[in-house]
Amino acid sequence: MNEQNTDVIQGTLDMLILKTLSLEPMHGFGIARRVEQISQGVFKVNPGSLLTALQRLERAGWLDAEWRQTENSRRAKFYTLTRAGKKQLEVETADWTRRASAIARLLKAEG
Amino acid sequence: MSLWRQFTHGLRSLMNRQAADREVSDEVQQYLEEAIAAGVACGLSIEDAQRAARRELGSMTSVQEQVRSYGWENAVRSLASDLSYAGRQLRNNPGFTIISVMTLALGIGASTAIFSAVNPILFKPLPYPHPGRIMMIWSTFEGARSEIAFGSYRELAARSSTFDSMAVFEPWQPTMTGGTHPERLEGQDVSASFFRVVGVAPVLGRDFEASEDVFDGPKVVILSNRLWKRHFGRDPAILGRQIKLNGDFYTVVGVMPSTYENVLSPAAEIWTPMQYDTREITTNFDTGEWGNHLRMVGRLKPGISREQGAQELDEIAHDPWKQFPRPRWASLEHGLIVNSLQDDIARGVKPALFAVIGAVILVLTIACVNVINLLLARSAQRRGEFAVRAALGASRGRIVRQLVTESLLLSLLGGTLGMGVAAAGVRALIALSPSGLPRLDAISVDAVSFVFALAVTTLVGLATGLIPALQISSSELNLGLQLSSRRSAGDHSWTRRALVVTEVALAVILLVSAGLLLRSMRRLFSVNPGFNPTHLLTMQVQTSGHQFDDLASAPGAGSAKRRRFFEQALEAVRGVPGVQQAAFTSVLPLSDDPDWVSTYGAHFEKDDRDPQSGFDVFRYAVSPEYCETMRITLLSGRCINEGDTASAPQAALISESLAKSEFTGENPLGRRLHVGPTNRPWYTVVGVVGDVKQTSLAVDNPDAVYLSTEQTWFADDTLSFVIRTRGDPAALAPAIKEAIWSVDKDQPIVRVATMDDLLAVSEAERHFVLTLFEIFGIVALVLASVGIYGILSGSVTERTREIGVRAALGASRRDILALVLGQGMRLTALGIIIGLCGALAASRVLVTLLFGVSRLDLITYLGVVALLALVSAIACWMPAWRAVRVDPSITLRVE
Repeated sequence: MNEQNTDVIQGTLDMLILKTLSLEPMHGFGIARRVEQISQGVFKVNPGSLLTALQRLERAGWLDAEWRQTENSRRAKFYTLTRAGKKQLEVETADWTRRASAIARLLKAEG
Repeated sequence: MSLWRQFTHGLRSLMNRQAADREVSDEVQQYLEEAIAAGVACGLSIEDAQRAARRELGSMTSVQEQVRSYGWENAVRSLASDLSYAGRQLRNNPGFTIISVMTLALGIGASTAIFSAVNPILFKPLPYPHPGRIMMIWSTFEGARSEIAFGSYRELAARSSTFDSMAVFEPWQPTMTGGTHPERLEGQDVSASFFRVVGVAPVLGRDFEASEDVFDGPKVVILSNRLWKRHFGRDPAILGRQIKLNGDFYTVVGVMPSTYENVLSPAAEIWTPMQYDTREITTNFDTGEWGNHLRMVGRLKPGISREQGAQELDEIAHDPWKQFPRPRWASLEHGLIVNSLQDDIARGVKPALFAVIGAVILVLTIACVNVINLLLARSAQRRGEFAVRAALGASRGRIVRQLVTESLLLSLLGGTLGMGVAAAGVRALIALSPSGLPRLDAISVDAVSFVFALAVTTLVGLATGLIPALQISSSELNLGLQLSSRRSAGDHSWTRRALVVTEVALAVILLVSAGLLLRSMRRLFSVNPGFNPTHLLTMQVQTSGHQFDDLASAPGAGSAKRRRFFEQALEAVRGVPGVQQAAFTSVLPLSDDPDWVSTYGAHFEKDDRDPQSGFDVFRYAVSPEYCETMRITLLSGRCINEGDTASAPQAALISESLAKSEFTGENPLGRRLHVGPTNRPWYTVVGVVGDVKQTSLAVDNPDAVYLSTEQTWFADDTLSFVIRTRGDPAALAPAIKEAIWSVDKDQPIVRVATMDDLLAVSEAERHFVLTLFEIFGIVALVLASVGIYGILSGSVTERTREIGVRAALGASRRDILALVLGQGMRLTALGIIIGLCGALAASRVLVTLLFGVSRLDLITYLGVVALLALVSAIACWMPAWRAVRVDPSITLRVE
């Protein structure tokens, strides 16, 4: 039973959601599934955290939400990236890249 | 944008909670369905898919709760539920709630009232532009502040470079005629720069001009808004109008704004330029220009500190220039005293104010301690409830928050009621306050007081809530459920005992202070003033008008008329039925007659060759029968009588102390002295009379000389009549005034008061502080006894079972009584000991207010100890008696 950690890296959930939604509007489960698929199962999103994060991002004005029909004709709450959200994604991506590359450099450095 | 979203979304969910909750549960439900559908699409059976989805999602409710708990509206929601729960708690315990709220209202109200009164005097800046730059400048006499001469002002104003402007002023009490009765106004004689120093300009008309402040200049006045309203109905055409003052016409040039508060002389309603004569100021020192009787105020230049200004003036004082010659009495060789105006006006009352502030803080603390005590008692009863809440998942923080919400609600109720108490208290304070209290008009419950009260309320709420809340330890929360009814008096109650001890100690401090003041007051009023104050009516009569002027064409004619008027008035007064004796004097003991108009230099013939000899005496110019009317004791010789006319030999009475200090073992009768000018014939001592208290019962002013008004070197224009009556002196006042006006209806009569009233007024400040301490002391005593009663009665309830067991095991009623009483009295004793130490320290603050009583006065301390011991014994007795009646068979069966 040596389960690998599938928690989303702390502080990156917002960025992952924004990135996912930048492709197309999606509902909560769709986002979770997409993150899991693209990360090839490395990250699994906790539904409670995801739905709370969606609410927070909507309040912040980065997402718009609306109830619509899904392709299999169920009603679902779809989230769309707003213009402010796009900008925020850029900011967070740039920030992440900067920090990730710094960490990568640190790890590469050898005594 | 996002803030707006935050607000509107939150508000929407707050307004329609059901819809918001449904949306969240819909979304979670939909998530679950999508997950199942996805599982099925991957080829799982529907049951497996459902199971997998549920595992992934966890508990539906907890996900919903997690999502719902997001957003500011949740804080509001839980606050609202805390509040409504707290409200329910308070409503369900009306007794507890009423006592706590009243206690807090008293504490918060009293401290807000005192703060409102003290704030304008000590803290609030004066209502002038850049008030910190306004300085009072005093000459120095024997190390104390003393008035300054016009000549000194002229030199300082000319030489100083650190001050923008300087001004001098003195009281001026003109008589306004033209109405039905003459009215004496309170005003100020000022240099033209006065209002520029203060920084307030007239709202109507203009300020004085320098060209008006010259000898024989135009007669102009500026009116206060109050006088303008009272006498001229706010008529804007007042400018340029002439009003008759002291028989002369004065032109009104300005009206001050209604907001102008004159802290230098709150009663002043009219101002006129001084118009000193500067023509001989460098050659002739024997003029009014060189009398030390002015007060001086200056405005520093921006950026100059008080120290810099004071230093410069000091240098000027010690470096006389020959173009500014100074007489000996205005040499300024002892330097000058420079105080900020705010400090200067608060100076006299500071000790009293600090004592009162200290007292009110003690009262507030006692109130808090009492409420904390009540809350602790209640939280002991509620232990079961907390345990249930903890078992249902409430964290310790959540329970603490609930308790603090309750105490905040309690203190908010108390604070609201306290504002009412404060409003009433401030009105009472103003009514009670001594006339010496500065800035009375500025005292009110204003926005600042409100903020103060709010801050105090919040602090009290937090303190009273946190202390009991932190008492509940987490282990207790768990144990509470099992043990809720079984606890005996556990060790947690040490906090409550400490609180009772604190309360007793604070009460001791307050009561000792009140006791010391009370005994001082007793001592003070048993001081013999040197005359008999009962059945004595006094009034000040002023002469005004040009008929009393001494003109060059007829020297002395005006003075003679003045003397004749007073004599005729005295005759008329003596004729009023009910009058036993009547006389008049230039200076009235224990009145507000200022020292500087009543003291003069004097020296005896025996010291005549020594030019440095001489001393200040009170000069009483009196009519015949003055000593008899006042009942001043005649020790030897005779009093001033009808024979001491202008043409008779110059006669003087001297006071006992003066006789003793100047003629030890010798007979002073027949000795000769000068009072005032030395170029007149000697006065011969014809009698010695007892000492009289002049300024206050607490102050000895023993050196006094009594002269006949006929034989003094000038005719006083204002004399105080003293009238010994058979019945109530106040009732005779109207008849006596009519009698005086029957001689001349244009002469004003002011300050009509019985001597008993003057006596009370002269000690008003002490009396004021005493009254406050008495009130606070009684409040403290009541609260402390309630506290002792509360804790003992709680402890008896908690220990019923233990007492029952003791009784069953053979403890007698006496043993049980001793057990409970002993517990209470031990706490009291500890509190008294700590309180006595506190009182010893606190009494230092009171020293300046005490009279004839040591701050370590044994009787006061013993009295307070006895009083507290008695009160707490009574408070202990009731619970103890209840404990004695515990029936062991019943208590043991209950278990």
